[in-house]
Amino acid sequence: MSKPSDLVQGTLDMLILKILALEPLNGWAISQRLKQISSEVLGVSDGSLYPALHKLERRGWIRAHWKPSENNRRAKFYSLTRLGRKQLEKETANWNRVSAAISGIVQLEEA
Amino acid sequence: MDIEPWLYSLPARLRSLLHPHQVDQEMKEELREHLEEQTRENVRKGMAPEEARRSAMRMLGPITQVEQQCREALGGNFGNDLGHDLRYGVRQLLRSPGFSALAILCLTLGIGANAAVFSWAEGILFRPYPLVAHQQRLFALAGTSRGEAGAGELSWPDFEDLRRNCSLCEDAFVSKITGSTLSVGDHAETARGSIVSANYFDAIGVHPMLGRGFEPGEDSGSDSHPVVVISYQMWRDRYQGDREIIGKVQRLNNVPHTIIGVTPKGFYGTFVGWAIQFWVPASMEETFESGGYKLEDRGARWIEAYVTLKPGARPGQAQQEISAIAARLETSYPATNRGRSIGIWPLWQTPFNHAGELLPTLEVMVAVVLFVLLISCANVGNLLLVRALTRRHEMSVRLAIGATRVRLVKQLLTEGLILSALGTAAGLLVAFWCRYALVLLLPTHSGVAMYLPGQMDARVMAMSAAVCLLVTLIVGIIPAFQTRHLDLAGTLKADASGVVGARGKAWMRSALVVLQVSLSFILLVGAALLLESLEKIRSTSPGFSTNRVVTTGVPLVAAGYDIPRAKIFQDELIDRVRALSGVESAAFARVTPLGYDTFSETPIVVDGYQPSRDEPPSVEYNQVGPGYFATLGIPLFSGREFRRNDDENSPPVAIVNRTMVTRYWAGADPVGRRLQVKGRWARVVGVVADSKYESMRETPMPFFYVPLRQDFVREPDLNVRTRQSPVTIRAALVREVHALDANLALYETITLEEQVDRSTSPQFVAFTLVSILGGLALVLAGVGLYGVMSYAVAQSTRELGLRMAFGAGAANLLELVISRGLRLTAAGVLFGGVAALALTRLLGELLYQVSPHDPVVFGVALAAMITAAILACLVPAWRASRTDPARVLRDS
Repeated sequence: MSKPSDLVQGTLDMLILKILALEPLNGWAISQRLKQISSEVLGVSDGSLYPALHKLERRGWIRAHWKPSENNRRAKFYSLTRLGRKQLEKETANWNRVSAAISGIVQLEEA
Repeated sequence: MDIEPWLYSLPARLRSLLHPHQVDQEMKEELREHLEEQTRENVRKGMAPEEARRSAMRMLGPITQVEQQCREALGGNFGNDLGHDLRYGVRQLLRSPGFSALAILCLTLGIGANAAVFSWAEGILFRPYPLVAHQQRLFALAGTSRGEAGAGELSWPDFEDLRRNCSLCEDAFVSKITGSTLSVGDHAETARGSIVSANYFDAIGVHPMLGRGFEPGEDSGSDSHPVVVISYQMWRDRYQGDREIIGKVQRLNNVPHTIIGVTPKGFYGTFVGWAIQFWVPASMEETFESGGYKLEDRGARWIEAYVTLKPGARPGQAQQEISAIAARLETSYPATNRGRSIGIWPLWQTPFNHAGELLPTLEVMVAVVLFVLLISCANVGNLLLVRALTRRHEMSVRLAIGATRVRLVKQLLTEGLILSALGTAAGLLVAFWCRYALVLLLPTHSGVAMYLPGQMDARVMAMSAAVCLLVTLIVGIIPAFQTRHLDLAGTLKADASGVVGARGKAWMRSALVVLQVSLSFILLVGAALLLESLEKIRSTSPGFSTNRVVTTGVPLVAAGYDIPRAKIFQDELIDRVRALSGVESAAFARVTPLGYDTFSETPIVVDGYQPSRDEPPSVEYNQVGPGYFATLGIPLFSGREFRRNDDENSPPVAIVNRTMVTRYWAGADPVGRRLQVKGRWARVVGVVADSKYESMRETPMPFFYVPLRQDFVREPDLNVRTRQSPVTIRAALVREVHALDANLALYETITLEEQVDRSTSPQFVAFTLVSILGGLALVLAGVGLYGVMSYAVAQSTRELGLRMAFGAGAANLLELVISRGLRLTAAGVLFGGVAALALTRLLGELLYQVSPHDPVVFGVALAAMITAAILACLVPAWRASRTDPARVLRDS
C-alpha cells in the first residue's frame, strides 16, 4: 500500500469533505465517489480512505452515525459538521487561490 | 486556542476513551462492511465470487495494517493508546515482579529522599512561619560589628529609633526567644516564649482566637504589664481547652501574668526550630532576662527583631537606609554604638535562629539528594536496558505487525511512567514519614517542643510530580534508544555472541554504570570529608575539660527567690556540693561555654589602650564563682582565681584571657592593671587560657570574667567536677537541693561533653544525612555494576566457553570478569574524582580543619568504592568461572 504524498493527503481530506457536503454517505460509497471523480489521477487506495475518515472525525469535521444500509445491514454513515463545512470553505478558497496562482505562473512560462 | 474543534471532537474522543473495545469493533465492522460491498460490486461487474473477494481485499490493502492505521488515526489519542499501553505496561511489569520491585524501590529511594529534603528545605527557607502574613517582605534585623562577620543582638533604644526613622519599613517588631519555668500544680517544666514588642501580633497579621493581642504601650515601663498570650497548643494541653481562660493568672518565672489571649491553631511563633508557647510584652523583660531593666539602655544588646518592608521596597535600598540610620546612631552615641551597624537578612538566613545554622546543611542535602536521584534513574535505566534487550523479540514482532517506532517509544514511556508514578507515590509516603526526621537528628533540649516540619504541600507535590516526569523521560528514553537499532531481519539471529565488556551494544549500559560510580564516589568523598571534620571538631580541645564535668541549674527565679535569698541559697548549696563524696570542685557560672545561652557583652575601657576608631568597644564576658577555672580545668597562667571574698563588698576584680592580654596589653602581664566594666574600674587579678566560648569553630577572641557576686544573677549554671556518673551525681544534687528547699526542682544534668556534642550538631546532622545517602548511593552503584556484569557474563557464555576450551582456568575467568568490572569502576572513580575536587568546596562551612582535597579522604573513598565494586562483580565472576565449555559449545 502506497502512502499518498502530503499534497495528495491534504487534497484527499478536502475531497472527502466535498463529497460529504453533498450528502451523508458510508465509507464504501465514498470510495466509489472518489474513484468516479479522480481514481486515475489521485490513486487513492481504499486502505488510506478509512484512516483519513477517522482522522477527520477526530478533528470534529465529520460525524458518524450507524444507519441501516440499502441491503438492511447496518453501515456507518458520515456527514459534515458545521465545523467541517467551515473547513471546506476555507480549503476551497485556499485551493482556488493557489491553483489560480499556479496556473498563472504556468501560463507565464508558456508565453 | 480555538475551543470549537475540541468541542466537536469531544464525542469521538470520549467514546474511544470510555469504550475502546466498542470503537475497535466498530472500526473492524466498518472495514468488513466495505469488503462485502466491494465484493458485491465486483460480482455485479461480472467477477466470480472468489475473484471478486480477492480483488476487494487487494484494493483495501493488508487488513491488519489498515486497522492499525485507523487505530492511530482514531486514537494516537489519549483514550485508546494510553489505556491500552497502561494495561499492557502493567502486565509487562507483573510478568517480571523482581525487576519491577527493584526498579520501584530504587525510584522510591531517589524520589523519597528528594521529596523529604525538599519539604524540610521549604519549611525553613520559603515559609518558615505558618500563618504569618507577607513573609516575602519580612526580614530579620540584627546588629553587626564593623570588621566582624556574623550578627548579634540590638538594643531596645536602637530598635525604637530605627522603627521611627525607617521610611521603607512598613513595620518592625521584636521577637526575642526566652524561656520560663512553668508550674502548673506541683509539676514544673520549661516552656519557650518570646519577648515581643506590643505591635507584634498586628505586624505579623495573626489575631488571637480568644481574647486580644498586646496594646500599644504595653511594651514600655519596667515590669509594668504582666500579661501573656499563650499558644493554642499550651491552651489545649495545659488548660484542657478552657474557653474561660481569658483573665486567669499564670505564674511565669514566679511573676503572676494575666492570660489575655490564645493564638490560633497552627501558629508557632517566629523562631525557626522551636514551637513558641507564650508571648510576653517587652516591658516584662527583666522577669525573663538577666541584667536588669534594659529598655532605656543603649549599651545592652539583647533583642532579636524583624522588619516588614513596604511593598515594592527592595532589600538593598532598605539596607542602605538602615545602615544610614545606624551610622547616625553611631555618631550620636559613640560610647555605646562605636563600630556598630544594623543589618537585615532574608528569613532563610536569619542569624539568630536555627535557619542560618541549618542552611549550609540543607544546601548540601539538596545537591546530595539530586545525586541519589540521578543514580537511581541510571540504575532503573540500566535495568530497563537489560530488559529491553530481552524484549527485542517482542519489539521486532510488534514492528512487523505494523506498529510504528513512535508507537513503541510511547509504549516504553508509558512503562517508565508506571514505574516512576509508583516510585513517586511510594517516595511521597517515605517523605511523609520522614517529615519530622530533621527534628529527631537535632539534639533535644530538655522538655522543649521543637518544630521543624516538612510539609507535604502543593509545592512538594508539584516538585515530586516534576521529578516523576523527568524520571519517566530518562528511564523511558534510554531503552527507547535501543529500538533504533532494531532491524526486522535481525530478529531471529542469535544475540548470544557477545564478549565480556565488549563495546558496541553495551556502551550505553557501561556509560550508565560509570555515571553511577562517579556520582556515588563524589558522595563518598563528601561523606568522608564530613566525617573527618566531625572527628576534628570532636577531638579539638575546647580549652576546658569535658568528660568529668557536669552542668545543671536550679530554677530559683521561678521559685520566687529574691536576690538576698538566692545568694544565701547558692552559698549553702555550693558548700554542700563540695562536701559530696567524689566531687573535686564545684562552681557557679552565669553561662557554661558552648551551651544554648549566649554570653553578654559590654563596652570596656583599658588603662593606656587607645582603641582604633572603628574598633567595637565591647567584649564578651561571663560571671563566675570561686573555683570556676579549677572546675572546668581552664589553666591559670598568672595571678589567681576569684575567691569567696571577691564579693559585692570588696573592690571589683576581673580575670582576662590570653587573647585579651595580647590585644589590650600588648602581651605584658596585666595583673594589677585596670579595666573599666560598666562604668566601674576593676583590677585584673588573673590571666587564664583561651577556650571556646560559643562555637567549636570560632577563632580565639578576647574574653574576660568577673565574680558572680559582683554582677549577680539568680539562676547561674552549676558546674561540678566529679568522678561519678551524671546519673549518680544528679541524684546526690537533687538530695542536697531538697535538703535546702523541698519545693525546688533541678534542670537537666548533662556532662560538658554532651553539651559540646550538642553544639556541633549541624556537622553531625550533615554527616549523618550525607553518610546515609552516600551508603545508599554506594549500594545502588553496586547493584548497577552487578546488573551489567551479570548480563555481560550471561551474554558471553560462548566466549567464556571457548576460553575455557582453550585452556583458561576458572581463576583466569574470575580475574577477567573482575578486571572488566574494575575497569568500569576506575573510569567512574576518575570522573567522580575530578568532579569531587571541584564540588567538595561547596561543603564550605561544614568542613573544619579539613582540606576539601584531603588525599586521605579521597583514598578512603576509593577503597570503599573498589571494595563495593569487587563485591558486586564477585557473583557474576563466579558464575563465569563455572562455565561448562562442553555444554556451551554443544549449545552453539
